[in-house]
Amino acid sequence: MIAATGLRKSYGDHLVLDDLDLEVAEGTVFALLGPNGAGKTTIVQILSTLIGADAGDLRVAGHDLARDPDAVRAAIGVTGQFSAVDNLLTGRENLILMADLHHLDRAAGRRRAAGLLDRFDLADAADQPAATCSGGMRRRLDLAMTLVGDPRLIFLDEPTTGLDPRSRRTMWQIIRELVGGGVTVFLTTQYLEEADRLADRIAVLDRGRLVAEGTAGELKALVPGGHIRLEFADPDGLESAARALGDAARGDDALALKVPSDGSAASLREVFERLDDVAVAGVTLHTPDLDDVFLALTGDPR
Amino acid sequence: MTTASYALRDSATMLRRNLRRNLRYPVSAACGIGIPLVILLLFVFVFGDTLGAGLTGVSGGRDEYLDYVMPGLILISVTGAAQGTAIAVAMDMTEGIIARFRTMAIARVSVLTGHVVGSVIQTVASMAVVLAVALLLGFGPTAGPLEWLAVAGLLGLVSFAITWFAVALGLVTKSVESASNLPMPLLLLPFLGSGFVPTESMPAGMRWFAEYQPFTPIMETLRGLLMGTAIGDSAVLALAWSVFIGLGGYLWAKRLFNRDPTP
Repeated sequence: MIAATGLRKSYGDHLVLDDLDLEVAEGTVFALLGPNGAGKTTIVQILSTLIGADAGDLRVAGHDLARDPDAVRAAIGVTGQFSAVDNLLTGRENLILMADLHHLDRAAGRRRAAGLLDRFDLADAADQPAATCSGGMRRRLDLAMTLVGDPRLIFLDEPTTGLDPRSRRTMWQIIRELVGGGVTVFLTTQYLEEADRLADRIAVLDRGRLVAEGTAGELKALVPGGHIRLEFADPDGLESAARALGDAARGDDALALKVPSDGSAASLREVFERLDDVAVAGVTLHTPDLDDVFLALTGDPR
Repeated sequence: MTTASYALRDSATMLRRNLRRNLRYPVSAACGIGIPLVILLLFVFVFGDTLGAGLTGVSGGRDEYLDYVMPGLILISVTGAAQGTAIAVAMDMTEGIIARFRTMAIARVSVLTGHVVGSVIQTVASMAVVLAVALLLGFGPTAGPLEWLAVAGLLGLVSFAITWFAVALGLVTKSVESASNLPMPLLLLPFLGSGFVPTESMPAGMRWFAEYQPFTPIMETLRGLLMGTAIGDSAVLALAWSVFIGLGGYLWAKRLFNRDPTP
């Protein structure tokens, strides 16, 4: 659905994207993960025909991006990071505006608008100006507008940034339904959980370069990080445990130890057998997650 | 459908969007009509008597001045609306929906033509109100049906031209504030011409500017059509300036809109 090789973009002498290759298969969710300023939005802007690339061979939905942008536009839908709704129009008017621009006839446009209002639970937004709607509602309206033209490929630039947990879950559900319907989704996010839950493939972007790409499982395998964290009530307990375990590292505060572990029950039992009767105040089991991948690969001090 | 008919259809859609937005947020449209009216009343009831007395070759007075000043006041409607257009375009460009339009397979220029046609409608409404009030106040044009038709045609062309120019001004600015300041010289032009006083009464340098700037031939042509004064080569100049400003504004605006939006 998307094939990009050698994608480059700079603003002045600031190199934003440095020789990127991207491949997104039809019917999958591709997540571009990266910290703020990594270049995620720039990639979406280029692939969605909003701005031009400096170099690169780019094909989107089977069309050359530079030579035939209108054919690309006809196949894609974009929901940007900043709400792309008309704030002065009502939810219904926004949807009908999209229907008109997709050259649906009047009756079909009204039906499509009504259907989307219903599907995205936008009854409250239907007849009030978008500016007065809640953030979650505006985001759903935004996505509904994107779907008026039945795009085969949807770009979602940080679709849940700034949403409360409930709205975020609703949005995830909607995205899953879309993919179920055969749509390809190109998603950017800075939430690892989001990429983990939604994406078939994940690429990690850092300062304009792709530093890793694969499934969530493949990425997690890239970094060590599985460990058992043991907390102790006092320094004596800590000292005796450290002696008993030998290979433990000091934890992130004075009274904790980190023991490498694959997270299995056997490894837990082994640790506690070695600890014998040292009093342990608390245990946390940490399996590697995308946070570890992210921190290890992006050098972000977060 | 052909590309051209899609462009028309998309422009009609964008026009509906702009008209609806104006209804939702009527302040700027109200200003577009209100301000020229206030200036009309100001120049008739405050300055009218004295300025009328100073006009060469007339017996003077408020009524005479109203007849004299009408072309200038009508152009104030045009330039006032142009400022509103520049602000509306600059404001619109800050909206996320413009980015959405750019990623859709629509006739791109329709975003601009929607603004232009909406603004021309608003300008025409504003001119109509100013004219109607002036007629109530005793404005006595000598124009016959043909002359009125010519007046309507010329004003339509001028509004169209100035609006395209204003759209370009709205696109070239980076902020809504500068979009409201940039058309200021335009607002002054009717005053710095033959709109409110005859150019003969001005000092040499000023007079030279006043006689050669684009609004003077437009106002002289309107005055000739409305009041039967001599038009001379003003009509040709007025048309030439309008075409030049309109075409230039259109090409400039189109080029500005087709640039990559700044991040």
